[in-house]
Amino acid sequence: MQTEILIAGFGGQGVLFAGQVLAYAAMDAGCEVTWIPSYGPEMRGGTANCTVIISDEEIGSPLVLNPRGVIALNLPSLDKYEPLVKPGGVLVVNSSLVNRGSRREDIESVFIPASEIAESLGNRRLLNMVALGALVAKLPVLSLDQVKRALEDHLPERHKQFLQANLQALDAGASFALSVSRVGV
Amino acid sequence: MAKELLKGNIAMAEAAIRAGLEGYFGYPITPQTELLEWMAERMPALGRAFLQAESEVAAINMLYGAACTGARVMTSSSSPGISLMMEGLSYIAGTEVPAVIIDVVRGGPGLGNIAPSQGDYNQIVHGGGHGDYHPIVLAPASVQEAVDLVVLAFDLAEKYRTIVFIMADGNIGQMMEPAELPPMRPIRTEYPDWAVRGAMGRERRILSSIYIDPKDEEVTNYRLLQVWNRIQAAEIRYREYFLEDADYVVIGFGTAGRIALSAVRMARAEGMRVGLLRPITLSPFPHPQIENLIPQVEGILVVEMNSGQMLEDVQKAVRGRVPVEFYGRLGGMVPFPDEILAEIRRMCREGIPPDGDPRQRWMKRFAPIIRWHD
Repeated sequence: MQTEILIAGFGGQGVLFAGQVLAYAAMDAGCEVTWIPSYGPEMRGGTANCTVIISDEEIGSPLVLNPRGVIALNLPSLDKYEPLVKPGGVLVVNSSLVNRGSRREDIESVFIPASEIAESLGNRRLLNMVALGALVAKLPVLSLDQVKRALEDHLPERHKQFLQANLQALDAGASFALSVSRVGV
Repeated sequence: MAKELLKGNIAMAEAAIRAGLEGYFGYPITPQTELLEWMAERMPALGRAFLQAESEVAAINMLYGAACTGARVMTSSSSPGISLMMEGLSYIAGTEVPAVIIDVVRGGPGLGNIAPSQGDYNQIVHGGGHGDYHPIVLAPASVQEAVDLVVLAFDLAEKYRTIVFIMADGNIGQMMEPAELPPMRPIRTEYPDWAVRGAMGRERRILSSIYIDPKDEEVTNYRLLQVWNRIQAAEIRYREYFLEDADYVVIGFGTAGRIALSAVRMARAEGMRVGLLRPITLSPFPHPQIENLIPQVEGILVVEMNSGQMLEDVQKAVRGRVPVEFYGRLGGMVPFPDEILAEIRRMCREGIPPDGDPRQRWMKRFAPIIRWHD
């Protein structure tokens, strides 16, 4: 059994870190896991994505054409990856930064105003954890508690002052995802 | 020791340090720079030598000099930087001193790009530097395997007084996976009896790659070949997947090998009897393992992230007795498992033509994709 998650957005939105939190949670849960970034020459403001594969056996390809879960934090990411979500999969979209709705009927799409929720929590940069919380709530691969514990256990010491806010962001994203009516599927 | 989530480049660096690395000489280049950065932080803190040279040419010659002292030494780079090191590598081979070199291969030729590739296969596996020698080449497919092979590389380099390459690619360097690092080995205090470390009170030793009299060079090259024979007999490594009842076998190394594993699993789920042979030593090449497959299989598919460089070694092993097919991506493009699955399906459905050139057939099949890029 293998689950693939692709997280995409602008550089600086915390795309790579959100994937790493997921990877730590998977490792701590005893799963096989591979985290792989797009590592082109882009800097802040360019596009960034990473793929996380979680499995109960040796992982083959680190990249997949059709991931089961996708987080799109901006419009270019939505346009590029919405068509690629595996049928029956989950798409989390940062609706704060996109101006259109879902184009897929065969997946579960969660449009979440992640930037605004992050701002309401006091820091716009928490949007990655808001979106990750929403994905984890909808995708049965790891529990929200496992992801929160991974953040607690692996956040570098120098960033520990941000821990509580990040945990709140995960909770806020998950609550939002569970409160909205299902779109599609 | 517990598993940690480690980036390939950093895992390889830390594995080398724990294997007793005493000196690292390098120059930054993507996609292996994190390796050098980790060395820059860790090596001085441990009281060991880290030196960012002024170029790759300088780095390899520093490595050469340090290797002559019998110290455990290493350099790393990516494709264009490795090209610059070729002269020094040949001197290291000719002097018969152990050295470990990591190539995190990127797209080329030329400046190319920083994407993952296997385009350096021929340069690394079939020599590179001038003259008559064979390096050992190890090709990891995961972060854990990269860790294990770096440790092995030092042991093999010293056992045979030879160059050992780790041929990784941008994927292996940049990905993070859980891996267990080896325990920290103590830096050795005894040095081999050929090392030049000052001759006070004993007869002097000379290490050199100069053999002005061709007779002496012939003797030396014959000795290198004897060592190579021992390496071929004892050091072939590989992984097999689903081969017991396989009618068809896919052969791929490193990243291409693990992508092929996904495709083989998908094919198995569809009922196709297909297996995977993943060479871990590209040099020595697993000729005996391919030989063993000949009576069993109806066809072989070689998958690479280059234009079929290992394909030619597979064909050498097969010698026309089983039809061979090829699928590659070029220039830093990485195949999805679905592409390889399509090749497996076609192979199992239609078989493989018994003669003709697998690369030419692949080029024809692949032409629409190239046109689509345009």
